[in-house]
Amino acid sequence: MGSEIIFYLLSALSIFSALVVVFSKNPIYSVLSLIVCFFSIAGHYVMLNAQFLAIVHIIVYAGAIMVLLLFTVMLLNLNKESEPHKSNLIKVAAIVTGGLLMLTLLASLRTSQLPVYVSPTDLGLGTVQTVGKSLFTDYLLPFEISSILFISAMIGAVVLAKKER
Amino acid sequence: MQETIQVAQNLPSTPQTWYLILSTILFSIGVMGVLFRRNAIIILMCVELMLNAVNLLLVSYSSYSGNLEGQVFVFFVMVVAAAEVAVGLALLVSIYRNIASTDIDVLSRMKW
Repeated sequence: MGSEIIFYLLSALSIFSALVVVFSKNPIYSVLSLIVCFFSIAGHYVMLNAQFLAIVHIIVYAGAIMVLLLFTVMLLNLNKESEPHKSNLIKVAAIVTGGLLMLTLLASLRTSQLPVYVSPTDLGLGTVQTVGKSLFTDYLLPFEISSILFISAMIGAVVLAKKER
Repeated sequence: MQETIQVAQNLPSTPQTWYLILSTILFSIGVMGVLFRRNAIIILMCVELMLNAVNLLLVSYSSYSGNLEGQVFVFFVMVVAAAEVAVGLALLVSIYRNIASTDIDVLSRMKW
């Protein structure tokens, strides 16, 4: 019973904050509610016994990506309600399209024959120890390649954002 | 760590279908945001939201089926998402320097 209540609270929080991200006029509020959404998703990870991913999620998203986003929003001076007016037709079309996508996905979930799982198995699965062991034995090559990806992304970001003279 | 595992063991857990529904809703909100907004930074944030919905689904399947590989895959998705945001924001800053706007309707002059 308790975990269901926590699930409902976290789900309501994440859906509400995701809606605020989309519909708030001020980009700063969008970024801040995105942080709330990411924290609630990290709470879901903890509920799913994926502790390692919960910590990594908080560090990467709330620590790195949010700082980047907030920094950019403030650097570009977008922290005001400066969105240009656009026609209502596009807004209605976007909402209808998103709603139809959700309806289609949910309807296909109802009719599809998915494997039914009742409760999480093997509770020691998502600890730092097991995930780290798997990362450094079975997935060693992708792990190292991702560090090359990071280096190229870092150099690329510096080169792109540098002022031309 | 041991205590959290113990606590989670004692609680009856939620059916996995609820996580399916939740991540579907989050993904649809992300798609709606990409179509709805005109600010390129917010569009990037909505892409992040969609990535996170997929991550949540992967973690739930991994945890419910007792297979670790979903969580490792989520780790790599996070890596790619972080790199994507860094490069995307650098692109946005350099675009802003040239046309003083992040409105994607203004950016449509990039087509040819």
